[in-house]
Amino acid sequence: MELFLKIAAAGVMIMMLFFLWPAYKAWQENGPKAEKGDWQAAILPLAAVVGLVIVLIMLVR
Amino acid sequence: MANPNSFLSKQQEVPAARAGSVLETNKVLKNTYLLLAATLGFSAFTAMLSMALAMPSWVYLVSVIGAMLLGMFVLPRAAQSASGVGVIFLITGMLGFGLGSILSMYMALPNGPSIIATAFGGTAVIFLGLSGYALTSKRDFSFLGGFLFAGMMVAVVAMIANIFLNMPALALAVSAAIILLMSGFILFDTSRIKSGAETNYIMATYGIYLAIFNIFISLLQILGIMGDD
Repeated sequence: MELFLKIAAAGVMIMMLFFLWPAYKAWQENGPKAEKGDWQAAILPLAAVVGLVIVLIMLVR
Repeated sequence: MANPNSFLSKQQEVPAARAGSVLETNKVLKNTYLLLAATLGFSAFTAMLSMALAMPSWVYLVSVIGAMLLGMFVLPRAAQSASGVGVIFLITGMLGFGLGSILSMYMALPNGPSIIATAFGGTAVIFLGLSGYALTSKRDFSFLGGFLFAGMMVAVVAMIANIFLNMPALALAVSAAIILLMSGFILFDTSRIKSGAETNYIMATYGIYLAIFNIFISLLQILGIMGDD
């Protein structure tokens, strides 16, 4: 039962890759490009998320 | 002879069209957050039902497989009509039901309730913080699209490998990557709603719901492993 479910889950995830590929191609080719300062503005909150996760890990240890 | 008022009326049309577009964007944003709140509440209800029924852990995999199939094949078509609301409640209800079986496992651990509460609080802070940031920022985070979809593909390949390898270190790395990718998706999706690029509130809700769900599951896994349980 468990092996069957694992194979089914892997199958659905492989199917998901086929759905993600055209989205990736479209965004890579036609999506807007980052302007000056855009990456900085995105990395700042993501760094805050990393910091928060570290704090949460310290809370449960 | 040209109407001398035509230039004036054209000038008045531009702010009127802009106001209409802003109103439309605000409507999508409001509907998205209302539907998101309703689906999160429904998921919490089905998760509690699943815990009360003491569902075994394999129910999680069954629910995720079913929800993924519905999300890939049914929702994109149904989202164009009112039936999309029913489909998204079905998907989120299934995911909540599956989540309940995982929460039952965590509740059995010595500090399980505290891990669940911490993961819940952390997810709420991440979602509210990133949404607020994306809504108030003057930047458009649509440029993250290519990077996020490429990252998702790499993460999915690693997840497929770990279904069979069962390596805790790889599971930890994938969970950390998923938290960062889903955080990026919250910025990306919120920014697209704000800019008016996303006009379907059902698909917008689905995207943000999945980001919240995945952050919660990944945080649970990280806190479970790092909390020595």
